[in-house]
Amino acid sequence: MIRKLTLSALSALALTTGAAFAAGGEATTHDVDFSFEGPFGKFDQMQLQRGLQVYTEVCASCHGLRYVPLRALGDEGGPALPEDQVRAYAEFYEVFDPALDDYRPATPTDHFPTSSLDNAPDLSLMAKARAGFHGPYGTGLSQLFKGIGGPEHIVAILTSFTGEEKEEAGTLYYGNTAFPGGWIAMAPPLVGEDVEYADGHSNEIHHEAEDVAAFLMWAAEPKMMARKQAGFTGVVFLVILTVLLYWTNKRIWAPLKGKKTA
Amino acid sequence: MSGIPHDHYEPTTGAEKWLHRRLPIVGLLYDTLMIPTPKNLNWMWIWGIVLTFCLALQIVTGIVLAMHYTPHADMAFASVEHIMRDVNGGHMLRYLHANGASLFFVAVYLHLFRGFYYGSYKAPREVTWIIGMLIYLCMMGTAFMGYVLPWGQMSFWGATVITGLFGAIPFIGDSIQTWLLGGPAVDNATLNRFFSLHYLLPFVIAALVAVHIWAFHSTGNNNPTGVEVRRSSKAEAEKDTVPFWPYFVMKDLFALGVILVVFFAIVGFMPNYLGHPDNYIEANPLSTPAHIVPEWYFLPFYAILRAFTSEVWAVQFVEFITFGIVNAKFFGVLAMFGSIVAMALAPWLDTSSVRSGKYRPMFKWWFALLCIDFVVLMWVGAQSTEFPYDWISLIAATYWFAYFFVILPLLGVIEKPTAQPATIEEDFNAHYGKGGTDGAAAQPAPAE
Repeated sequence: MIRKLTLSALSALALTTGAAFAAGGEATTHDVDFSFEGPFGKFDQMQLQRGLQVYTEVCASCHGLRYVPLRALGDEGGPALPEDQVRAYAEFYEVFDPALDDYRPATPTDHFPTSSLDNAPDLSLMAKARAGFHGPYGTGLSQLFKGIGGPEHIVAILTSFTGEEKEEAGTLYYGNTAFPGGWIAMAPPLVGEDVEYADGHSNEIHHEAEDVAAFLMWAAEPKMMARKQAGFTGVVFLVILTVLLYWTNKRIWAPLKGKKTA
Repeated sequence: MSGIPHDHYEPTTGAEKWLHRRLPIVGLLYDTLMIPTPKNLNWMWIWGIVLTFCLALQIVTGIVLAMHYTPHADMAFASVEHIMRDVNGGHMLRYLHANGASLFFVAVYLHLFRGFYYGSYKAPREVTWIIGMLIYLCMMGTAFMGYVLPWGQMSFWGATVITGLFGAIPFIGDSIQTWLLGGPAVDNATLNRFFSLHYLLPFVIAALVAVHIWAFHSTGNNNPTGVEVRRSSKAEAEKDTVPFWPYFVMKDLFALGVILVVFFAIVGFMPNYLGHPDNYIEANPLSTPAHIVPEWYFLPFYAILRAFTSEVWAVQFVEFITFGIVNAKFFGVLAMFGSIVAMALAPWLDTSSVRSGKYRPMFKWWFALLCIDFVVLMWVGAQSTEFPYDWISLIAATYWFAYFFVILPLLGVIEKPTAQPATIEEDFNAHYGKGGTDGAAAQPAPAE
């Protein structure tokens, strides 16, 4: 509840300060407090499953996830669907099988299909392929404290449609304050209450956007939790080793420096 | 080996004698490890070990990555994702390798600037210095080609821009560029040869490192005072030095431990911080990224490349007197390579008879400015070329050349150095008291 209040307060703040930022002509992204941020951040399994639902029911009609194997949905540290659900989910897609020279229902060993629209980019790595934060003055310091901001960029794109439209050379463009240039070829994919969550979670637009952004972060970096675990273990063992080396070094040098070896 | 008198390896057992008569390899290792090392070395002398570690790390992780990577324009990007997703521990290997390159360059720059400040390049260590510069060049080549291998947008367009530099050479540039790329543009042929060379060059570096170590083991290490080790007798040399093992091995390993804690935290918690997001987009020859930015470690030299535009009068003047052969583009390329050559020429440009910057009151300030200049160049290299960045990069690039070609030669003539300690022992004792002077310290007994 408090989290929700903070979020709405933040978005209210974003609305009022948005004009000031927009004056600079730069696309704006606001920091979102995702569960997977920081050295100990973990993916929220339920959020990934909700994000998968948004992806499946909304994004997947145009976009693909070519690098993500369907079996990964059952992996620990991800949505972690039970095996039978992964198999049932896979059958939802049709893939082309060169051996059959025909389409067949996908199995968990297949990958997600590729984008069905030519100008819809593949989303496998989208959460790592965009930077939500820059500066100040090109120093990258904001990235140091807030992260690269890929998922935040996705949330911003999904929630920053202005409602304006324009036609250029036969293509319809939609006003979007988070997209560089201010106009994007993608029609607003989310309007709020687009999906019905099984866990009863709120399906307001910013919740849907955050859920799908979290899912896409997992799609881009499925080994994030294993990596943080390895990093933490590495740091702990190296700290122990370094302390031992410090004492060893100190003791070895002590006679030369005229100090007592305790 | 070092010209500093010290004990040599004596085979004792029958087996040792047998091997020593046929191949004195144990003696070589013993002499290398036990080399008398100035005992006053400070914490800036640890980077050699860090660099050796980096080379080993890059070779080991790189060899395993190569087992899973496919050097083909259509498959390279997907094979990197295969490493990230399907290969056991593949994501750690790749992040260690990618961030290992950054650690390598952090260490090499600190090693290099250590050399600048303490005059490590001066006689008799010029050959060590030149070999070091060759290692640095090989590192740049290896890192550049390695960055192309994931075949992302920055890989592709970085390769296009950098190989385009060779195209700026008058008359033969286009032929050289085509020869380097294996075709008219960056394509599969380029990726294949870059993969091949990226695998080869680290072993060239390893060989150069061996020669680098051989060279400074022949002259002995420099040290913070720049005063040479006394070498008239073994007893005298032992007052200035301690054997590398265990004193400096332990000290360097401790420092390496501290650095690796930070390194592992970056690899584990923020492995993409130093990378560019665009490199997670597959290479597309039809779509140019808004800003093509090289990796951070190339930025200072990239800034120098871009600093000299056709609006600079010096560039216009050179273009005029060379009948347009040296145009602005070629001038920039010459400036970039010149800025590296300037570093290599430091032993002959520095006229001061005093080796260490500690005893050069004016040099200290110019050196500090050079350090700031390097950081400014690195920062401005990632900015656009609009005002005021064009002026900042021009001033910063000019200072780089002024430092090597004007300030270093002049300082040696006009500067009055302060008093140096007579011996390394004196410097060490000034720091730690009289502990080092008695015989017990020179031959420390094991504690307890």
